[in-house]
Amino acid sequence: MNKLDLDKQTISECRTIAMGIADDIQAFIAKHTTVSIERTILRLLGVDGVDALGVPMPNVMVEEIREKGNLGPGISLYLAGALQETKMGIDEFVEAYKKGKVSLLGHTLPTAKEADEILKPYYSKTLAIIKENRRIRDRLKNERNVPDMQIYVIVATGNIYEDVVQAKAAARAGADIIAVIRSTGQSLLDYVPYGITTEGFGGTYATQANFQVMRKALDEVGDELGRYIQLVNYASGLCMPEIAAMAALERLDVLLNDSMYGIIFRDINMQRTFIDQYFSRLINAYAGITINTGEDNYLTTSDAVEEAHTVLASQFINEAFAKKALLPEKLMGLGHAFEIDPLVENSFLMEVAQAEMAREIFPDAPLKYMPPTKHITGNIFRATMQDTMFNMATVMTDQSIHLLGMMTEAIHTPFLADRFLAIENARTVQTALKSARDEICFKPDGFVVNRAKTVLNNAKDFLKEVKEINLFRALEAGMFAGVKRPYDGGKGLDGVVVKEKDYFNVVADRMEAELNEN
Amino acid sequence: MKIRPYGDTLSDGKVQSSFTLPCKADEAGLEAAKQFAKQMGYLDPNIVHAEEIGEGFSFFVVYGSVPYLVETDDIKVEKIETPTLSRGEIEELIENEIGRDVIFIGASTGTDAHTVGIDAIMNMKGFAGHYGLERYKHIKAHNLGSQVPNEEFVRQAKLLHADVLLVSQTVTQKDVHLKNMVNLVEILEAENMRQDVILIAGGARITHELAKELGYDAGFGPKKYAEDVASFAINELIKRKRNDS
Repeated sequence: MNKLDLDKQTISECRTIAMGIADDIQAFIAKHTTVSIERTILRLLGVDGVDALGVPMPNVMVEEIREKGNLGPGISLYLAGALQETKMGIDEFVEAYKKGKVSLLGHTLPTAKEADEILKPYYSKTLAIIKENRRIRDRLKNERNVPDMQIYVIVATGNIYEDVVQAKAAARAGADIIAVIRSTGQSLLDYVPYGITTEGFGGTYATQANFQVMRKALDEVGDELGRYIQLVNYASGLCMPEIAAMAALERLDVLLNDSMYGIIFRDINMQRTFIDQYFSRLINAYAGITINTGEDNYLTTSDAVEEAHTVLASQFINEAFAKKALLPEKLMGLGHAFEIDPLVENSFLMEVAQAEMAREIFPDAPLKYMPPTKHITGNIFRATMQDTMFNMATVMTDQSIHLLGMMTEAIHTPFLADRFLAIENARTVQTALKSARDEICFKPDGFVVNRAKTVLNNAKDFLKEVKEINLFRALEAGMFAGVKRPYDGGKGLDGVVVKEKDYFNVVADRMEAELNEN
Repeated sequence: MKIRPYGDTLSDGKVQSSFTLPCKADEAGLEAAKQFAKQMGYLDPNIVHAEEIGEGFSFFVVYGSVPYLVETDDIKVEKIETPTLSRGEIEELIENEIGRDVIFIGASTGTDAHTVGIDAIMNMKGFAGHYGLERYKHIKAHNLGSQVPNEEFVRQAKLLHADVLLVSQTVTQKDVHLKNMVNLVEILEAENMRQDVILIAGGARITHELAKELGYDAGFGPKKYAEDVASFAINELIKRKRNDS
């Protein structure tokens, strides 16, 4: 069902170049770890809680080694050595550690094989929870017929209990996916806040306790409605793998998880981001969590007509990195957006071309389609019209994750009624255009087909340029979204550690082994 | 002149609004909406739409007339008095009156992650056909991006010897943007820098009046472009230069 009949050779060349780009970076990733990765290992071994000052225990423990020792061998070996010599279990050890009675340092480091033996009971327990969560999700999705096109809305009150009210109302109105937007600035914290939170700015803190509250609420409303309501959060920023681990443990279904978003839009160091994204995606692959990538953001800073090819190029790169992390296509929610100025002639046709092109090139990916935001003016009536056009493009081109636009975009985080009206709009369009896709074919050599061809060819040229200088240099040169980021600049570089020869990540090795078996 | 809203007959006072109440959309709910609208000042509220939207809430749309009048002759507002010049005129003005490059730095400060506003003013491409400051001759524009802490913003301002500071604030929840904007002024004052820079705020919900109130030199809301901002800043710079000499 290739409506645009795009050149298969060109598409396959793009994939090959993108994989080459990812290969270069993957070689770098393999040689490094980060403080966030090491903290994630601790979390997946069951370390949780905070110390007397409220600092999360994974941070306290990793910092001890970073400050007084050498993180190069990895936390797995330190912890295994400490458990062996103190003859304590992890819970007992962490309690003693909080009281200052034991240290991770000063013990003989075991071999990787020995460490695996020592830590096996702990990671087996958490990995079993994750696998069980995956089974539950698969079962509920099967039993309850999750639609192919899923309505996605956000809640963002700052108070998780208020979020629950809004999320349940949205689910009743027809939302399939609920995202709890994070408090602004959380992506720049080098720790994950702890416990239930009732105050945030522009969103609600992502904490494991908050994940639990919302999961329970969505399960309740889902049971009542006979549907499965999916939960989304954000594994971007400085704690990508930690958020992924918590999401896996609390059965989140979707995570925003882009390979480059943090670099370009949050000024997080590029080395740190690439290293972190790998482990976070590996966890997502293991947990069956769908990732969403952030290409839509390019178009808020760059022009959506001229820079359309950078979106496609980035989708290819995100796909390549996802494959490296063993994610199957069906979990790759590649992103794009409806962001062309509506007053540009044939803007709607260009949007349809871009969306249909993404559908044709990534047939198995649950594409995430983002609504207009940049050209929403505060005129809520015009915004409704723009959102309706977006909803039409979504249905016509069979997008998967349909993120709804709000008429009050750029005014405030959505009110209850804003969300209701948005869902009503989307459902009306879905119903009214139910079989439209089956009826539509595009004129060969017409405007839509030619636009898609041009974008694809430009993406190929762009990918070639990136490959030639390598992705690090391309980001330094500002090739994505016109934003330049220095290799050694940005936040979080001090958390990057070179792996030593004996480095061991007990969880990653296990996950890779299991995923490669299947 | 006294005015009131217009529907289709002068001075008919017709307005509409919509709101959500925590009640059902039944007879009692409709009456609740009606009474609420009356308290809002509607003389004859007509609840044209009522719908339950989940979790015990209902959405209402109301039309009706209001009796209030506004005397336009009494209105005084703070607005920017400097005329907006073209890019060429601005470049010429800098060349003739200032004689050196003027340095702008801009950012979405605090926790604000939105860059659309600051990009529209500063980036080469600009917005809606209005080129950004980066394209101007004699203007050095440094766009620091989003989520820049106020302390870092001030540090960069010092480092780059900025003449003009542009602060973009987009997201607003529980007025966090106002606190952040005031905080910047306080830091600049503590650093003894406030008088040395032109401080400008921008964003969808920013007005000149609000910006002045918060201690800024000017504020720019929607439909303002690089040339509006630059015209004000350059004129203000020239004014200050004359006052100094």
